[in-house]
Amino acid sequence: MSSTFLGLPSFPVAARESTRDGQLRANLRHATHTIRAKRAVAVGELSDWGELRAAGAAIKDHTLAHLDHYLQQLEQAVTAAGGHVHWAADADEANRIVTDLVHATGETEVVKVKSMATQEIGLNEALAAQGIRAYETDLAELIVQLGDDRPSHILVPAIHKNRAEIRDIFRTQMAAWGRPAPQGLSDEPAALAEAARLHLRQKFLHTKVGISGANFMVADTGTLVVLESEGNGRMCLTLPETLISVVGIEKIVPTFRDLEVFLQTLPRSSTAERMNPYTTMWTGTTDGDGPKEFHLVLLDNGRTDTLADTVGRQALRCIRCSACLNVCPVYERAGGHAYGSAYPGPIGAILTPQLRGTATELDASLPYASSLCGACYDVCPVAIDIPDILVHLRQRVVEGGETVRGGVKTVLEPAKGHTTERAAMRAARWVFTHPAAFAAGRRAATATRRLHSRRLPGPGRAWTDTRDLPAVPAQSFRAWWQRTHTTKGGTP
Amino acid sequence: MRAALFLTCVNDTLYPDTGRAVVRLLERLGVEVDFPLAQTCCGQAHYNTGYRHEAEPLARRHARVFRDYDYVVTPSGSCAAMVRDIHPRLGGRARAEGRGDGLARDLTGTGTRTYELTEFLVDVLGVTDVGAYFPHTVTYHPTCHGLRMLGLGDRPRRLLEAVRGLELRELAGAEECCGFGGTFAVKNSDVSAAMGADKVANAVRSGAEVLCAADNSCLMHLGGTIARQGTAIRPVHIAEILASTREEPLRLPATGAPVHMTVGRPGTEARARREGTHR
Repeated sequence: MSSTFLGLPSFPVAARESTRDGQLRANLRHATHTIRAKRAVAVGELSDWGELRAAGAAIKDHTLAHLDHYLQQLEQAVTAAGGHVHWAADADEANRIVTDLVHATGETEVVKVKSMATQEIGLNEALAAQGIRAYETDLAELIVQLGDDRPSHILVPAIHKNRAEIRDIFRTQMAAWGRPAPQGLSDEPAALAEAARLHLRQKFLHTKVGISGANFMVADTGTLVVLESEGNGRMCLTLPETLISVVGIEKIVPTFRDLEVFLQTLPRSSTAERMNPYTTMWTGTTDGDGPKEFHLVLLDNGRTDTLADTVGRQALRCIRCSACLNVCPVYERAGGHAYGSAYPGPIGAILTPQLRGTATELDASLPYASSLCGACYDVCPVAIDIPDILVHLRQRVVEGGETVRGGVKTVLEPAKGHTTERAAMRAARWVFTHPAAFAAGRRAATATRRLHSRRLPGPGRAWTDTRDLPAVPAQSFRAWWQRTHTTKGGTP
Repeated sequence: MRAALFLTCVNDTLYPDTGRAVVRLLERLGVEVDFPLAQTCCGQAHYNTGYRHEAEPLARRHARVFRDYDYVVTPSGSCAAMVRDIHPRLGGRARAEGRGDGLARDLTGTGTRTYELTEFLVDVLGVTDVGAYFPHTVTYHPTCHGLRMLGLGDRPRRLLEAVRGLELRELAGAEECCGFGGTFAVKNSDVSAAMGADKVANAVRSGAEVLCAADNSCLMHLGGTIARQGTAIRPVHIAEILASTREEPLRLPATGAPVHMTVGRPGTEARARREGTHR
């Protein structure tokens, strides 16, 4: 596991702070509502969206069901094309492999394409610990790195920053990382982009090692695919002498033709673009064109365990479009950092507790970071039933049960901290299966209704801090029914 | 036609007016309403919080209570969705756990015979004009499970538009969740409260006197927020609007005293209820 996210507070504790940050709330509201509306238009243009969505889910499900086969096919194809394939069971192993590969080049600096997998494993920190400096080259990742911050969105990592905040980061931090920001930098988007362009150009032209992830890996050709909007990724993928790609094993599609579906659904879902601006594809190495050496590090890091779960495995269909983040009312208020993982929002709430397990307070709180409103499922381009998996993982937290960790079947104990709730749920179940007790409880509530406080003590304060309780009525429905309708029906 | 009222445990205990309104409305439309007294809870709160195994006996009990009815009507989108979408899944999961087909068999059928109130009115009875009268401005919040799991679509809206005297006001961000989410409201109270406050602000901005929805649990959250803020808009379940007629109108209480919510001194509530709601 990456050490980046160790010791972070549970979701509700983190969200308590972030929901009160007016600037953050305004930034997120503006950004998510803008992308949300654009996506709806872009998706609405396609009359066969439903079919594309179903096809995407089917391709992914088929691939996952035969993952062993396609991984071996991919390894053969990449090797035949001149690449080297490495297998990493977890984050530590992946970091070690990449560090060794960089050391072997004799270089101490690398340029990076925006990549979720390398964030997941904490690669930058691992490289830094071995004296290797990694430069993020995606504009938003650059902002986050210069600001000594963490990404808060899959696609728009600096979504929590507005342009004035970005200008300040550029002004104060760029010089420490390379070319300083131009004098008198304004917060105009064009000026900020130009400052980043000048700063990054130097890195592209001088750095000999590039590190990337990939959106897709084509098993039958050994081709890797990266989608981006800036062209900075293409610089990193083509200019360095050595390219190292760290990719989750679930990123495979069987054939080149399968890309047809995802190259339609991914851009429209993520950036609301009809066609992706920069789609870079490479197959091994080519003499005189691009990197001379190519390494593919295939990352498991909890994916095989996730695959073993018949309900939760749908999460591995994810193509990291972030549409679910942009429609999520919880993400919009709490912000991405509260999820304590490279994967924020609804997809993070189902992916993180599967990849990392539910042992920490943070990871056990993530399945509850949702009102189950279902907006995420509606927009998901590979039809992941996120609410269903959230409830499934909640069960894993409170009831425990059989799961797979590190490839080994494990029986989880119910999580600590739910004892009172569990007792209350059991008591409620008993009352509801004994209607006489239910009726008696309701009568007691009615009889004592004048005594009920508007503000509750203890855990009940979570309700009454901001909301009044409803008044208990003088007469329950069934008392009225029995008085007015008993001759007509209503057998007990 | 005979239909069973599946009132839900929340309504039975806290919102009897909604139950009375459904009975009055359906009887007015010629439906013979039955209220099986053995009904308690569909298990939604248990299931959604992760206590699937605790929800099973409740689901089983629910199916048994409503087994003999061709039509089961409920004034709750989320409870209808629980019975229709989730109960069959409980059976499937039990089977996957090697516990046989018993639960799946017990839970078969009830879901397909269960209708959320507006579905029952529009799809089964085939009416949109239910003869209601409610001379107020109303904004409608489509609650999530009704909107996305049941696909209620424009049914509630068509029913409201046919109500005499009612003027419908657009609700900005209507399809966004209000932040209730069952135990979410307590487990993530800060986010829930922020969502509720935004929803109430949009409702107030609509200029409507009444915030209407088809789920009292969401209205409990929004109404509690409204009462605490002292905001003028009043939460009312759609059944109570549709039950209201010229002869027996649902009268709104004075500003600041929502239909269901208590504010101020003890006694205010009883007074508001006496003055405000129909019998």
